[in-house]
Amino acid sequence: MSDRLIFRFDVEGDDFTSAGQASVQVKKNLRQLGIDSETIRRVSIAMYEGEINMVIHAGGGVAEVAVCEDYIEIVLEDTGPGIKDIEQAMQAGYSTASDTVRSLGFGAGMGLPNMKKNSDSMTIDSTPGVGTRIVMKIMYGGKANEGV
Amino acid sequence: MKISEIVKMLDARVLCCEDKTDREVDSAFGCDLMSDVLAYVNDQAMLLTGLVNPQVIRTALMLDMVCIVFVRSKEPSKEMIELARENGIVMMSTNKTLYTSCGLLYSGGLIGTGEVCK
Ligand SMILES: Nc1ncnc2c1ncn2[C@@H]1O[C@H](COP(=O)(O)OP(=O)(O)O)[C@@H](O)[C@H]1O
Ligand SMILES: [Mg+2]
Repeated sequence: MSDRLIFRFDVEGDDFTSAGQASVQVKKNLRQLGIDSETIRRVSIAMYEGEINMVIHAGGGVAEVAVCEDYIEIVLEDTGPGIKDIEQAMQAGYSTASDTVRSLGFGAGMGLPNMKKNSDSMTIDSTPGVGTRIVMKIMYGGKANEGV
Repeated sequence: MKISEIVKMLDARVLCCEDKTDREVDSAFGCDLMSDVLAYVNDQAMLLTGLVNPQVIRTALMLDMVCIVFVRSKEPSKEMIELARENGIVMMSTNKTLYTSCGLLYSGGLIGTGEVCK
């Protein structure tokens, strides 16, 4: 694609004061670009859950949001511990989060399923000990999957 | 229901964006678990919660919510109030519990959409 507008953020690991800041900024940027509110909402939810996951499970990482002609692509990449069993991690309610994370209101095991629900496609590449790369595409006017 | 009516019903203290309390809100979500807020909120414009941290405000922002009620006398930090103010979210604090707050609003006419979680 010729003109892809890309926003890039370094996400700090284990920093609960700033966790979610990148998603807030992306939302502002997309609003300024005049993207429709339903698309922004799906990008916001998907990215926020992914960003929080990088903070709480992976010691931080890099988030990239590309505004393309037909869709918005979110790429979340980290060099954290990786996910051993992706199928299990995708199940609603499955979580390895600590009590500290739970006391912050996260760690209910709803993040990955909700990211999938809000995107039109999602791929997870993960290698234990190496890291995780998640790519989500959200089509303008696209239809997210129903239910969690 | 106007946010200003909600303030009265909950005997709440407005923490920021007092000038926006004439906005209408027609359904709400009460929860301390932000993952559930992110998973189950459709178009509820108001969040009632006993959890106090910056992620509460960012969660509300992600979902275009316009009002946050902290129950059980919880007090957000200055930074949290600033974040809400910047983004035009009305925040308030009540000494009532989550259960009582939701009950008062529900019986006062804020009945929401009767949403069911799968
Ligand atoms: N970026 C990541 N790096 C390592 N593990 C992850 C990552 N994202 C998710 N996981 C694993 O997948 C599980 C499920 O994630 P999620 O559905 O978001 O639930 P939660 O974050 O509430 O635990 C997590 O508990 C964690 O074990
Ligand atoms: Mg998560």
